[in-house]
Amino acid sequence: MEREDKKNIIEVEHFTAAYGGTVLLDDLSFGVGEGEIFVILGGSGCGKSTLMKHMIGLYQPAAGRILINGRDVARAGGAERTEILRSIGVMYQSGALFGSLTVLENVRLPLEEFTDLPKDAMDLLALMKLELVGLAHAARLMPSEISGGMRKRAAIARALALDPRIIFLDEPSAGLDPITSAELDELILTLNRSLGITFVIVSHELASIFAVAQRVIMLDKAVKKIVATGSPAKLRDESPVPFVRQFFSRTAAACPQPGDGP
Amino acid sequence: MAPHPPPIESRSAPGELTLVLRGNLDRATVAGLWGKALGLVEGQQQSGVLRVDCRAVTFCDSAGIALLVKLRRLQKAKGGSFVLDGLAAHLHELLALYHEDEMPEPPVEEKPHGLAPAEVGRASWLVWDASRALVAFTGELAVEFLAVARRPALLRWPDTFTAAEKAGVNALPIVILISFLVGLIMAFQGAIPMRQFGAEIYVANLIGLSVIRELGPLMTAIILAGRTGSAFAAELGTMRVNEEIDALATMGLPPVRFLVLPRVLGAVMVTPFLVVFADLVGVLGGSIVLLAMKYPFITYLQQVQSAVDYADLLGGLGKSVVFGLLVAGVGCFHGLRTKTGASAVGDAATRAVVSSIILITVADGIFSVLFYYLGI
Repeated sequence: MEREDKKNIIEVEHFTAAYGGTVLLDDLSFGVGEGEIFVILGGSGCGKSTLMKHMIGLYQPAAGRILINGRDVARAGGAERTEILRSIGVMYQSGALFGSLTVLENVRLPLEEFTDLPKDAMDLLALMKLELVGLAHAARLMPSEISGGMRKRAAIARALALDPRIIFLDEPSAGLDPITSAELDELILTLNRSLGITFVIVSHELASIFAVAQRVIMLDKAVKKIVATGSPAKLRDESPVPFVRQFFSRTAAACPQPGDGP
Repeated sequence: MAPHPPPIESRSAPGELTLVLRGNLDRATVAGLWGKALGLVEGQQQSGVLRVDCRAVTFCDSAGIALLVKLRRLQKAKGGSFVLDGLAAHLHELLALYHEDEMPEPPVEEKPHGLAPAEVGRASWLVWDASRALVAFTGELAVEFLAVARRPALLRWPDTFTAAEKAGVNALPIVILISFLVGLIMAFQGAIPMRQFGAEIYVANLIGLSVIRELGPLMTAIILAGRTGSAFAAELGTMRVNEEIDALATMGLPPVRFLVLPRVLGAVMVTPFLVVFADLVGVLGGSIVLLAMKYPFITYLQQVQSAVDYADLLGGLGKSVVFGLLVAGVGCFHGLRTKTGASAVGDAATRAVVSSIILITVADGIFSVLFYYLGI
């Protein structure tokens, strides 16, 4: 399903990423539609996570710009930057939960810092976010006491704390068993459908991409550019680029073929 | 212009309380409404019916939904019934997402009980556990040292020299600076009262003895604990957190031989050299005060030589070997015992420095008694 007609909530314009003198990504331009589940795909070391870290304003682009809601995240300062960052939620690859806080306190932290809600309201709201990801029963546990999949779900609950319009997920399926990974995919679809949240997902897990992605861009390390854009099925079946077809065929067994059942 | 209608309004009828909510129900407005709305429901004498009228709500985020959930829970706890009027369909869907009926109550934060016997028991067990681990570690270190003494090729010499460079050469500027200043300050403080008796030349005896016997080795060991002990603990602690130490163990490489022995030997090798520099510079620092009092440098030097003999120097250097062993060993010990979590590495480094300084002081006390009986 393509969503090209929707208003873009993120615009990446002639973006170049470089460390030292080495160009990692060269002159990328694309947009992410509002309410879209957008996947950045590519092999290891092609710059997927680098692209995401630029999109969330952690690094300055070497050239070009990235706009979130029409505002340049890397060049915004002070209150404007805080406002942009509060409109996005990020889940890092390992979850990045704070180890000294319980799961509930992790989710409550953004509420404590950015709202004036009374404590019982924050507790209830944090618990509701945990219920949304199916973790309300684990609220009082420490991050070290829960599994990797639970940590990722708790990190999504924390990313949801301030009702963001966009959520960035870095390798959500990495290191998860297929069942937990499928549950996470289902959660992403539910949040997208019910709350209209835009998702930008960095991944190379094809099974997961086929389950959730509405649009995919594929990066290639060799040319440092986007080599394909479209729905996952379209890339698999119709892409003229040999690298893209090879990427999909290598893991074809893991992906649903046309005509497969649910 | 008509006054702005209040965001919350209550209407009471026999057996029924109606709350009318208006405008935006977002994080900012809910912060103001929360206490008021809960107060109205709690103040209701009879449980009856709570009707929440949301027809005038224009926007609602998850904080607004939390308020509705809280009101419903409160009313149900009172045994009354809850009616939600005029909530937009999409907000009903949002409310349903939270599976309110299945959601547990927020956990009550438990304050740790400070029962004295339990605390004493816990602390005793921790001390016992740490003591056993320390004995095991010391034994393992000794066994590995003997193995390496028999077959020196077993030791990772490049790592040993790197550790020696980091603990020794790189620490030299700070050791020189601190020793020079300590010598200078001590001479200055000593010279003022001694001058009253015309005995300022004996500042040389004071500096010579105290720096070479005590302060040189002690200051060097404390600097080593702060610089090197903490660095060893943090380095090995990070390796523990990253499972690198487990990886070594599963490859059949004993972490103590592979990681600890090079660091300990490296640090022990350089500590006496650092102490020689500390002694020299400390004595030089003291000379500045006497030079300022118009005493020739050679007089100062002869006075130091007359006060200090080789036994003092060698005693100080002997102590420094033990201090080096304590600092590096304790640093590595706490590094290997690091638990998981972001704060664990910091805790290990802190424990390494604190334990090293305590052990250095205790060892220095033992040496003082020992030297006294040996007549050194």
